[in-house]
Amino acid sequence: MLKNLATLLRYRVLLQTLVSRELKGRYRGSFFGFLWSFFNPLLLMVVYSLVFSYILKQRDPETTPYALFLFCGLLPWTWFSSSILEASNSLMVNAGLIKKILFPAEVLPLVNILANLVHFLLGLPILLIFVLYYQHHLTVYFLCLPIVLLVQLIFTAGLGFLVAALSVHFRDLQNILANLLTLWFFATPIIYPMTFPGVRESTTFKTVLNLNPVTHLMEGYQSTIFYGRMFDVRALGITLLVSLALFLLGYYVFDALRDSYPEEV
Amino acid sequence: MPSISAKGVSKIYRRYASRRRFQTLKSAILSGNLLKELRPEETFTALKDVTFDVNDGETLGIIGQNGSGKSTLLKIVAGISKPTTGTIWHRGRLSALIELGAGFHPEITGRENVYINGIMLGLTKKEINQRFDQIVKFAELEDFIDSPVKTYSSGMYMRLGFAVAINVDPEILLIDEVLAVGDAAFIPKCLDKIHEFKRRRKTILFVTHGLDAVELLCDRAMWLKGGELQRLGNPRVVCDAYLSYITGHEEVQMAESQAESQQAAEAAPSSQADEDSRSPKRWGSREIEIYEVKMFDSQKREKYVFQSGEPAIIRLKAWSREPIKDFVFGIGIFNSNGVHCYGSNTNIEKYDPVSFEGEGTIELRLESLDLIEGSYFLDLAAHRRDGHPYDYHRSKLRIRVHSKIKDVGIFRPRHAWSFSPEIRMKPSLPVPPS
Repeated sequence: MLKNLATLLRYRVLLQTLVSRELKGRYRGSFFGFLWSFFNPLLLMVVYSLVFSYILKQRDPETTPYALFLFCGLLPWTWFSSSILEASNSLMVNAGLIKKILFPAEVLPLVNILANLVHFLLGLPILLIFVLYYQHHLTVYFLCLPIVLLVQLIFTAGLGFLVAALSVHFRDLQNILANLLTLWFFATPIIYPMTFPGVRESTTFKTVLNLNPVTHLMEGYQSTIFYGRMFDVRALGITLLVSLALFLLGYYVFDALRDSYPEEV
Repeated sequence: MPSISAKGVSKIYRRYASRRRFQTLKSAILSGNLLKELRPEETFTALKDVTFDVNDGETLGIIGQNGSGKSTLLKIVAGISKPTTGTIWHRGRLSALIELGAGFHPEITGRENVYINGIMLGLTKKEINQRFDQIVKFAELEDFIDSPVKTYSSGMYMRLGFAVAINVDPEILLIDEVLAVGDAAFIPKCLDKIHEFKRRRKTILFVTHGLDAVELLCDRAMWLKGGELQRLGNPRVVCDAYLSYITGHEEVQMAESQAESQQAAEAAPSSQADEDSRSPKRWGSREIEIYEVKMFDSQKREKYVFQSGEPAIIRLKAWSREPIKDFVFGIGIFNSNGVHCYGSNTNIEKYDPVSFEGEGTIELRLESLDLIEGSYFLDLAAHRRDGHPYDYHRSKLRIRVHSKIKDVGIFRPRHAWSFSPEIRMKPSLPVPPS
C-alpha cells in the first residue's frame, strides 16, 4: 500500500494533464469559457448579497455582513461536496480508462478533487473583492488560509478514495451521498455561526457539530477570513489527525479493492 | 529470452447479479480476495491454467471463438486486470491497442487529446512534442487536428487513437482486433506499421479472427478454447486445427437445422405459396417421392460444411408407388441471394429412363465443389420429361462453403496465375481481420 502511495507522486504529470483536461472540457464551447470559473461564484455572491441585504435582513452583529460570512463557508463547502459527489462517480465515468488501458485508478478521484480545488481557488479573488466592497477588515491571519486548505484537501482525498471505491460495489451510495451531503451541510456551521443561539442552547447539537471535522475546517475559514483572527489551533490539529487517519483508511480500502475495478465498473 | 512469460494463469470472474455482493465486498477489504467466499456456480472461469512464453521479437497470434478468453488474456498481459491465480510478467515498454482513443475528451481538440492520450500511455511531454507531427501525419488529420474530437467521424477517431498508441514506440505491442474498424485505405497502413514493428524485432501479441493474417504475420499461433490453451505452435498447423474444429462445430449446427427444416417442410402444406422466398417448399403429384437427401464427403461421412474445392456427394433416396417409365432426377444449387448457380438433371445429361419401382438411391458425385464462400441451398426434383413434377423440394438442403480466398462471383473455375519474369509478384498483405 505504501509503495502504491509513493507511486502517486510519479503520476503528477498525468494528474496535471487530467485536471487541465477536466477544466478545459468543462466550459469548452461556451462563449465566456474559462471566465465562468469567476462568474459562477461572483453571481452566487451577488444573489446572496441581494437576498440577505433586502429580503432576509440579518441582525446578528456576529455575522454581519451576512453574505460575506455565508460565502466564507459556502465556497470551501462547494469544493468539498462537489469533490465527494464527483469522486464517488469517478471510476464509473472513466470505466473506459480502467477497463481498456493500464491506468492508475487512484488518479481519477484525485482529478475531481483537484479540479474542484482550482475552482475554489478561482473563487477566492471574488471573495476578496467582496471583502473590500463591504470594507471588512482583512488581517494577516488571512495568510494562514493555506493550512486550513491543506487539512481540507487531505480530508477530502481520504473520503474521496473511500466513496470512489465503495460506490463501485455499492451503487446506491451515490444517491445516499447526495442526500447525506445536504444533511451534512446543515450540520456544519456554514449558514449559522457556532455562537448561534440554537447551537449554544443545545448541548447535543453542539457535540454533534464538534464531532464533525468539517465544522473545524469551516471555522478555520471563517476565522482567518471573516473574523480576521487565528483559527483554533487545537481543534484544527485534531482535525488534521482525523484527516490523515481517514486518508490512510480511504486509500487502504481503495487499494484493497483495486483489482475489482476493471471487472466491476 | 522471453519478453512475456505466463505461468498457470487463470482468471475467474464473479457471475453478475450475485446476491452475495456484501460478503464479496467484506472479504475483499479484509482479506484482499474477491472470490474467496463464492461457490463455483457463482463464478465463471475465463482463463484456465494458461502457460506460455513469448520470445523477444516474436509475433504470436491468438485465435479462438468469441468468449474463449482472448481479450481477457490480452488484458492480463497488459496488466489491466490481474490473474486470479498464476503469474505473468513482461519485460520492456508495453503498449496495448485494446481500445483506441480511450480517454479522448470529446470537447477538446485533437491536438490536446494527443497530449493527454500520450501521457496516459506513458509518454513524456517532450516525447510527444517530438512525435506530434508524425502522429498527425499518420492519422491523416492535418486539417482537423485543431477541431474538437466530438466533430470527428469514428474512423478519424480510431486513426488518431491508433497513431498515438503506435507512436508510444513499445518493446511489446498488444493488438486486439482493433484493425477491424479502419477503412480500406487505413488498414494496409496499419498492417505496414505492424510489419515495420516485426522488422524491428519487437514482440507482438495479436488477437484476431483473420486466420490469413495469423498465417502471414505470426511466427507462432495460440488457439484458446473455452479459456484453455488448446494448441500453441506453427501458425499453419494451429489455424488448420482451429478451422477444422470450427467446421465440425458448424457441421453439428447444420445437421440440426437440416433436421428442423425437414420437419418444417413436412408439417407445412405444399399449397402455401410464397414464390419469392427461398423458404423450403415441396410440391408435385408424388408418383415418385424423394424422402431423404444427404450430403457426404469423399469418405462417405455426412457433411454440410465444405472447403471450396473439396469433393462432395449428394445422395437422394426415393421410392415410387408404381412402376414408372418416364422420370428425371435433377438438382439445383442456389446461393443465399437466390441466384441459380448450377442446375442439371439426368435428362439433360442424356440418361434415358427405363423403369423405376420400389426404393432407390441416386448419387451425384461432385469431383470438386468449386463454389465461392457462402451459404447455398439445394433444390431436388423428380419429374416427367415434359416437366410435370412428381416431387419437387425447394431449398431442401442448406450447405456452407468456406474458402481462404475471398473471391467473388457465382462459381470458381479452376485457375492459376503466372507471370513473365518482368512482372514480379509476391504474396500480398493478408486480408484484413474481419
